[in-house]
Amino acid sequence: MDTNDFNNTNGVFAHSFSFVIRTIFGLVLLNLLASKCFSQTDSTKTSQDAIYNRPFITIGKSSTAVGGYLEGNTNYFSEDGVSEGFSMEMRRFNIFLYSNIHSRIKFLSELEFEHGTEEIALETALLDFELNPALNFRAGILLPPIGLVNANHDSPKWEFIERPLSSTGIIPTTLSEVGFGLHGKLYQDKTIFAYDAYIVNGLQGNVILNDEGKTYLASGKNPEMFGEDNNGTPMFNAKISLANKKIGEMGLSYYGGIYNSFNLEGNIVEEKRSLHLIAFDLSAHIKKIKIQGEYAHTAVQVPNDLKGLYGSEQYGAFLEFSYPVLKRKIMGFENSVINTNLRAERIDYNVGIMQQTNANIGDEVSAIALGIGFRPSASTIIRLNYRYHLIYNFLGNPPAHLGGFQFGVASYF
Amino acid sequence: MKCALFILVLIALITGLFSCRKMLPQLPEPEETLAEPLEGLTQEQLLLFSLGDANFAHVFSKEQGLGPIFVQTSCEGCHAGDGKGNPFNNITRFGKYENGNWNPLYNQGGPQLQQRAITGYLAETIPSGVSSDELLPMNVTGLGLLEAVPDSTLLALSDSADGNGDGISGKVNWLSPPSYFIPKSDHITLNGKYIGRFGRKASSVDLVQRVTDAFHGDIGITSDHEMTDPFNYTVSGLNGDNVADPEIPFSMLSQTVFYMRTLKAPPRRNIIDPDVQAGENIFIQTGCAKCHVPTLTTGNSEIESLDNKTFHPYTDLLLHDMGAGLDKGYTEGSARSSEWRTPPLWGFGLQEDSQGGMVFLLHDGRAKTVEQAISYHGGEASTANTAFQALSESDKQKLIAFLKSL
Repeated sequence: MDTNDFNNTNGVFAHSFSFVIRTIFGLVLLNLLASKCFSQTDSTKTSQDAIYNRPFITIGKSSTAVGGYLEGNTNYFSEDGVSEGFSMEMRRFNIFLYSNIHSRIKFLSELEFEHGTEEIALETALLDFELNPALNFRAGILLPPIGLVNANHDSPKWEFIERPLSSTGIIPTTLSEVGFGLHGKLYQDKTIFAYDAYIVNGLQGNVILNDEGKTYLASGKNPEMFGEDNNGTPMFNAKISLANKKIGEMGLSYYGGIYNSFNLEGNIVEEKRSLHLIAFDLSAHIKKIKIQGEYAHTAVQVPNDLKGLYGSEQYGAFLEFSYPVLKRKIMGFENSVINTNLRAERIDYNVGIMQQTNANIGDEVSAIALGIGFRPSASTIIRLNYRYHLIYNFLGNPPAHLGGFQFGVASYF
Repeated sequence: MKCALFILVLIALITGLFSCRKMLPQLPEPEETLAEPLEGLTQEQLLLFSLGDANFAHVFSKEQGLGPIFVQTSCEGCHAGDGKGNPFNNITRFGKYENGNWNPLYNQGGPQLQQRAITGYLAETIPSGVSSDELLPMNVTGLGLLEAVPDSTLLALSDSADGNGDGISGKVNWLSPPSYFIPKSDHITLNGKYIGRFGRKASSVDLVQRVTDAFHGDIGITSDHEMTDPFNYTVSGLNGDNVADPEIPFSMLSQTVFYMRTLKAPPRRNIIDPDVQAGENIFIQTGCAKCHVPTLTTGNSEIESLDNKTFHPYTDLLLHDMGAGLDKGYTEGSARSSEWRTPPLWGFGLQEDSQGGMVFLLHDGRAKTVEQAISYHGGEASTANTAFQALSESDKQKLIAFLKSL
């Protein structure tokens, strides 16, 4: 390694360190300024509280509680007349462990078993320190709040079996990250302002050149990201949201930074390439109709020779309506609810045109889903869903048609 | 109101459940799709076909051996729905004549350009002072039938000296096959060379070579037949990727070959349409059928569905001089740069569905309409071109209707 390489490497580390210090300083300053305008007491739940807004069982006098959820479903799909028939899927079995270490120090973890023991992942293992009610320090394996679903992904909370396409194809839900940062809530009359800001290791190089054959943020997940950053340059995640007790909540979130391993053995072997993900989400009630939606947009730096083949821009969106048609005692279950649900969604993995033909690049999916959800209790849902997808390949040829039925249950325990 | 809405949705879902077939996407009509196996395959052959189908769609990642320099990440990336691709997926080949002999410039990364690279590697560029041309991906259906046509048939169709004086002098491309080539009983050899029949210049003898070359040259995947990664010669160090070679097992290669071999022939449509039938007669009268030979017959094959079958590809699999308009100075094997293998016309009517809703014709996709494509026909095809231009507009449309029925 020559002197220039050493200087380059030092420069990267110095840049990272400076970035972290500046970010933390900025957040503390933001909090101090905001606290002048907002009061700091309330117990109203927002999407920020999702990870604690779960049922837990406390055993004896222990300060530790356990909980979790179970999710399973059947699938019967056909794509252009080709079906693999009927199958059953044990989708998730997640165990939460919560501990109130101190009145102002909390621990939470979530261990996920996906498809039995096919995939076991520690999705959350974090500590929350309350510095003051509007300023909390969080560290550990956390769920970066991006869009509507990532930090609020528990299946029993959702009316549909499948997560929205924008939340999986664009936002890489479930994304767990090692990191630390600040979060808090501030109150003004009926309005709540919540903020989150974290520094995390971040997604890695397989965002491109992966086995999906397209820019796909979820492929950038790597178990090694819990051990060390791939490039020594952390990513940044932040979300701000405004909630009104009567109307609902809307949020704006960001996740981004340098994703590729540009530095090998102290040598700069690639140009730094970054990704930026911005999401807007909303959750509202209009009369009895619950409306949830999300729009997510990514900008990914792709090497010049791979542009076109791998998208530099992507977007996805969904809008979901849920209407309770029946709310009463059903089959002995008090306060049962039956919801009818509709979701429309669209995703474009590669926004742009083919220079060679001046035609739009495909790589798009449009979908619609209908469903009925029966909630014998707030923690349990039995769902019947129908989905229909139009899948356009890269060239934008006539779409493949995918449709099918799903029946499933999900419940906290 | 609530109950009515609930009952409505419930009825819709229950009706859906009990009439799943109506709610589930159905198979497209056989005459509207290319991606189906030959009729009459055994269960064991259908298993191989299905495995090959999955391989054909498999997307290679950097960790699986993609590159280090490459053109596409999967077979299907170029041949969506087993059909033609569009110019986004054109491959570029280069080389140059030296002392009258064609040099494919192996020592400069030729003949195929890999214009993309995995991160950390440098993609290729075309060396200066060479000739190059772009080649549009072709249909991959019906190739087993073409492969099973005996060499003797191609030699019988060839007329390299234009002995019959019709201005058409199709010839075969004699090639030195790769070391792994295993000749069949109906292959004919001449001074150690064999007849090529696949590719724009008829530069591949069989589908094993075709698939091996595609894995290697297009995706950068090494196999038992090609053990060295393609790499950029302008960066010293034989810089292959960090994946052990071969990057795919032999079974993956052979299953993919079997899949290509057993894809059905592109289906005909509207055969009884009077315009189509009239168009077919015009096709013959204008001399198009002299090169785009309507009917061929396979020889013996261990696959019964390919054994002694008569089929209609509209090609003679021979090289023809197409004139200066289609000559960009690039060639392969013993073909001259103005010579191109007659492309099969079967599947013509379905190509719009695999080219992104547009039509791209000729070897590089430069023509957007049938009329444009025919107007580029020179050399041996000049007479047919002239005959087409002399047709009435009505007859031209009948000829086009016939082509779209293929």
